Amino acid sequence: MNIVEKILARGAGKSSVSPDDVVFAKVDKVMMHDVSGPGVIKVFDKLKKQGISVDKLWDPTKVWVAEDHFVPSAEKVSAENIVKLSNFTKNYGIEKHFKYGMGQYGICHTISHEEAMVMPGDVYVGGDSHTNTTGALGAFACGLGHTDIAYVLLNGQIWFKVPETFYFKLNGKLPDHVMAKDLILKIIGEIGTDGGAYQTMQFGGTGIDEMSVESRLTLCNMTTEAGAKNGIVEPDQKVVDYLTQRGATNINLIKGDADAEYSKVFEFEGSEMEPTVAKPFSPENTCVVREAPSVELDKSYIGSCTGAKYEDLEAAAKILKGRKVKIRTEVLPAAISIYQRAMENGLLKIFLDAGVTVGPPTCGACCGAHMGVLAKDEICISTTNRNFPGRMGHVESQTYLASPLVAAASAVTGKITDPRDLQ
Amino acid sequence: MKGNVIKYDRDNIDTDVIIPGQYLKVHDYAELATHAMEGLDPDFHSKVKEGDFILSGKNFGCGSSREHAPIALSHSGIKAVLALSFARIFYRNAVDGAFLLPIEIEQDAYDGISEGDEISIDVSTNEIKNITKNQTYKMKPFSEIIGKIIAAGGLFKYKPDQD
Repeated sequence: MNIVEKILARGAGKSSVSPDDVVFAKVDKVMMHDVSGPGVIKVFDKLKKQGISVDKLWDPTKVWVAEDHFVPSAEKVSAENIVKLSNFTKNYGIEKHFKYGMGQYGICHTISHEEAMVMPGDVYVGGDSHTNTTGALGAFACGLGHTDIAYVLLNGQIWFKVPETFYFKLNGKLPDHVMAKDLILKIIGEIGTDGGAYQTMQFGGTGIDEMSVESRLTLCNMTTEAGAKNGIVEPDQKVVDYLTQRGATNINLIKGDADAEYSKVFEFEGSEMEPTVAKPFSPENTCVVREAPSVELDKSYIGSCTGAKYEDLEAAAKILKGRKVKIRTEVLPAAISIYQRAMENGLLKIFLDAGVTVGPPTCGACCGAHMGVLAKDEICISTTNRNFPGRMGHVESQTYLASPLVAAASAVTGKITDPRDLQ
Repeated sequence: MKGNVIKYDRDNIDTDVIIPGQYLKVHDYAELATHAMEGLDPDFHSKVKEGDFILSGKNFGCGSSREHAPIALSHSGIKAVLALSFARIFYRNAVDGAFLLPIEIEQDAYDGISEGDEISIDVSTNEIKNITKNQTYKMKPFSEIIGKIIAAGGLFKYKPDQD
């Protein structure tokens, strides 16, 4: 069995599973946030009316809650959602609720790794499509809707069709100035936004072994944009070290068998990878940066679970150090712990000196919610994950998806710029 | 099940156009319905009628996990979406929450059915009849688990132990 089959077999209490088997798997961790949480509360209200008991959760210690989409509260509806969510976690005894304005908080997927909420081998589900991110720690991490999350909260298990696994092998390190974001955009450009539909996308090879945990998180994050059920990397010593630094103990290094089966294998040579962007209006609409259209940008956005981890901010700061931005530029660290490290290590000063606005952790404009959304005809280069029409604001705005290095270099020139070409 | 078709002749209709991100904070189902398809078709709310179907191409509902998407369509009156294929979270949200039927079709139905056609869907025979054009097409049958959850009326009413 491969790693995903092993995790799902354990969750289902079976000695083995194969692709297309339908299993009810026990869940180890479940997450919801200020959008899916109120959605789940609404499902609970419906169930009560149908006479289904919602008095007790299956295990409140396995549930954690983030505030990220509309925080700090964008207006009164989102403020009320935050109150609803707080009442829910209090009433049901959920202690792991990361509240803004009370120390550590941030984008749910960032909290999942910054706070070591998920362990290798876990069956982890979240009420958000980018739950796939956390597969980089070696978990089966999968996004679900409100009804399914409500079902998990009450029953501790959920059905899955065991996916087939596509294996993406990276031979050799990525060159300087090329980031994991460039690789995942390249992959989505090749296989399309439904190229991984219903499947697992697993990453391996010497290039992945060399890669930091944070870069692997970027890869798994955007498996969602290829339609995948989950993304995963087999955990190694880097994952152990990463989680241990964040307080985890008893880490189980689960791996696939030597004779594990994959339904397709794709190979990429690290040395051939180049800075890449996805043009409007789809993550599959990719080209290398040096062939990108010469458009006048209005804005550069460095934020989100995809592109505002510490490593992402460090990359942007490397470019922005001693330079000035030519267009509106926002940096929103994805969690308070990252914000704090960025402060301690001088990154915030580099950003402010360059003219950047530094904002609080929030999903914010990535999903067109608030805090920097785009006007009609505005063109943005962004470290986020989607660029469908209206994703970041007005339906006639445009978003180019890029790595933090490309977004920072473009902020300096006002045009889509390969960091290798920056004067 | 019988109704008229609203056709979007394109692939990859994503949840950002089915219900734009600014409405994610809204959890009132009737209010969500007033913004359904706003990112693609601002006239949708005024033209949709109870019992209508949507017909579209590949990868319908790609993007976010927002259950707002099937909710907004279902509370607009849409009983089924017919598409060449579906993105996974939209598909399972539609079924597990019993909001609407996601019907996978073949190219003949996609090409044969036009905007405004009256069709009927029979999931017991996997047949789609185009009443307007007097044509019949096959739908792809539901997988076993999906068929059972639909028959039960959603995930909470489905009892896996009784299989």
